[in-house]
Amino acid sequence: MLSRVAETLYWTARYVERAENLARLINVNNLLLMDLPKGVSPGWEPLIDIIGNRETFEEIYSDFSEKNVLKFLTIDSRNPSSIINSLQYARDNARTIRDVVPREMWEAVNRLHMSMKENSNSFLSKRGRFASLKEVINQTLLIFGTMDATMSHDEGYFFWRFGSALERADMTSRIIDVRSSSIKDDHIALPFENIQWMSVLRSLSGYQMYRQKMGVRIRPGDVLKFMLHGEEFPRSVMFCLHKLKSLFINVPDNAAMIERIDHSITELEKQPVANLQGKALHDYIDELQIDLADIHQQLSEQYFLH
Amino acid sequence: MSKQTQSQSQSVDLSGYDGVNFYDELIDENGKPREHGKVLMDYLSQLSTSELKSAQDAADLAVKEMGITFTVYGEGSSIDRSWPIDIIPRIIANREWKQIEAGLKQRVKALNMFIDDLYHDQKIIKDGVFPKELLSKSVNFRKQCVGITPPENIWAHICGSDLVRDKDGTMYVLEDNLRVPSGVSYMLENRSVIKRVFPDMFEQMDVLPVNDYPSQLFDMLASLSPRPLDKPEVVVLTPGIYNSAYFEHCYLAQEMGCELVEGRDLVVERDDCVYMKTIQGLRRVDVIYRRIDDMFLDPEAFHPDSMLGVPGLMRAWSKGKVTLVNAPGAGVADDKVVYTYVPDMIRYYLSEEIKLPNVDTYRCYEPDDFKYVEANIDKLVIKPANESGGYGLLIGPKSTKKQQQETLAQIKADPRNWIAQPTLNLSTVPTIDGDKIEGRHVDLRPFILSSGQSTYVTTGGLTRVALVKGSLVVNSSQGGGSKDTWIVD
Repeated sequence: MLSRVAETLYWTARYVERAENLARLINVNNLLLMDLPKGVSPGWEPLIDIIGNRETFEEIYSDFSEKNVLKFLTIDSRNPSSIINSLQYARDNARTIRDVVPREMWEAVNRLHMSMKENSNSFLSKRGRFASLKEVINQTLLIFGTMDATMSHDEGYFFWRFGSALERADMTSRIIDVRSSSIKDDHIALPFENIQWMSVLRSLSGYQMYRQKMGVRIRPGDVLKFMLHGEEFPRSVMFCLHKLKSLFINVPDNAAMIERIDHSITELEKQPVANLQGKALHDYIDELQIDLADIHQQLSEQYFLH
Repeated sequence: MSKQTQSQSQSVDLSGYDGVNFYDELIDENGKPREHGKVLMDYLSQLSTSELKSAQDAADLAVKEMGITFTVYGEGSSIDRSWPIDIIPRIIANREWKQIEAGLKQRVKALNMFIDDLYHDQKIIKDGVFPKELLSKSVNFRKQCVGITPPENIWAHICGSDLVRDKDGTMYVLEDNLRVPSGVSYMLENRSVIKRVFPDMFEQMDVLPVNDYPSQLFDMLASLSPRPLDKPEVVVLTPGIYNSAYFEHCYLAQEMGCELVEGRDLVVERDDCVYMKTIQGLRRVDVIYRRIDDMFLDPEAFHPDSMLGVPGLMRAWSKGKVTLVNAPGAGVADDKVVYTYVPDMIRYYLSEEIKLPNVDTYRCYEPDDFKYVEANIDKLVIKPANESGGYGLLIGPKSTKKQQQETLAQIKADPRNWIAQPTLNLSTVPTIDGDKIEGRHVDLRPFILSSGQSTYVTTGGLTRVALVKGSLVVNSSQGGGSKDTWIVD
């Protein structure tokens, strides 16, 4: 497998995954805001912090209104992490490896990007928004499914999955970080704390699985355990790390990478995540993100084109 | 169709079709289908206009979804555009096709002998058949290639020759593309789109298949490997996604199951072998189907600032460590002035007469020819000798006095690099334009593969169509489209 192709597969997966995660995040925030009274509502601002583009946003817009934030996150081409840009990058990347990926996968990426561009206004209307975001989620799942079902599970496929797993772990950590810090716990907000933690789970499509695994009660400590340490939920950071490791078993010259991932797993296991709160939680998530970035760095140094 | 939609469901009407002023590929001068086109005509006339229109829409959508694209330079943000396909196929009788095929094989054989001769003894010049001055002013002659002998003495392994039919029904060769001819992927994709849109038409007619091309191409490439391996490493070298034919580079790599590489993926090591950079380190490459122009292949040998090429590639090639397809320097015969000597080449190398005629061509460097061109510029098509894609061309009857004067001034400055041809009445094929079907002008680009051991010609080729009424310019970069090409018994 060409180094450049491995790298491109990896990035394509990251961009598709990013578009999907962002679509989920917006949908959930939308639903959350309908449940919360004005004084408690965190509004749309935290979403800008989750994707980490506050500076760009503030340069373009004067306030964090629903309209501005939604436009910025979905169809604004000035935001490098908007859904439209993620899909644009995914398509640009997929286009350079059309010869490698199954034809249906390319067609699915191309179609999604095309329909997003043609229907960009529907993301801005309150009514059209839900259906459009749902469509993004469905189509990205179709892309992952097509790769899974029709591409040989060879090295190229593994790099595709690395991209997806690492992006997921990264997004989960971001959501926890920003969401937990914006949860208010004063006496007015207290009755709604549950709903807010629930929405953290929902942002990761984890609410139903959480209830099956951890019970009906939503406890912040349990949510963190589920999201960071959960070994069975596919969006938990621990799950993603194990996935990375199991994928690497099939890749040539893997000793250093496996050792690197093992190190991350051990470090994560050691953390008493259920007890983390406030600044301690924030600091730990910072560490975790640096760790994930470091895995990417090592992967790139060893296998990608220089 | 139900009664309610009758207003939209008139059947396809070709009664006003103009088959008189031009040679039409489907319909003769009496408005009747040609012998080999009867079944197609019956099929079309059973369709209602709305069925035909929805079939065209389905084809357009398929093209968009399949991402069949090409690039137009200088369009700003949109780097790829959908490839327009008109769904009414262009048909050619198999009987006629066999003759064309023989003519193409003859031509390419002579052209390869010509190129090999130019880079070795230059007998054709010494024998006074081809003028020495033309060679010394050739922009595509590569001195770096002199004395090199590629496998089987073949330089132009892949040739795309453009054919046109004039009003009298004769098929002519308009030019030979021997550098990096493109379009074959569109020939293949057109067929797959038309199969999606008109599956039942294929049941009624025996259309010869086209999809053998990728395996023929692969076999040809693999047979040229410098190492005698069961599975030589064959790669397609692309300049990248900004190239107008990027879609095709991908498509062919995919169909052949080989790597699509960019210059930065390859490296020439101290052993003069070419390697590609993989996740497991370097891996030797045997055959490169390069879709990069000569001048960008190797910054050490040609343009020193080329970012697309691979330093040392010419060294590896000249030492026989890797095969480049087409060979560097093959473009010396891809020159519209050299083209005018093809009949002489065929006589000289093969002792045969040309089977597929050239278009009468005026060489602007010959004083008598130039006088004629000057006096008749409003009737002629003037072409630079070394451009492709329809760039730089003047169509006399459709040009202004000012444009004619400008072109004449360019010719005077560099007569060696200009030719002129009579304006041909290119043949037409019924083509959909909104709700109407009208004749539109077409050409045909078949592709010829030469390995030295065998020669293969595609079944038909790529039919390009000028979608604008009356236009004679079929190039996709100039608003042309294409049609599926059917060779039928």
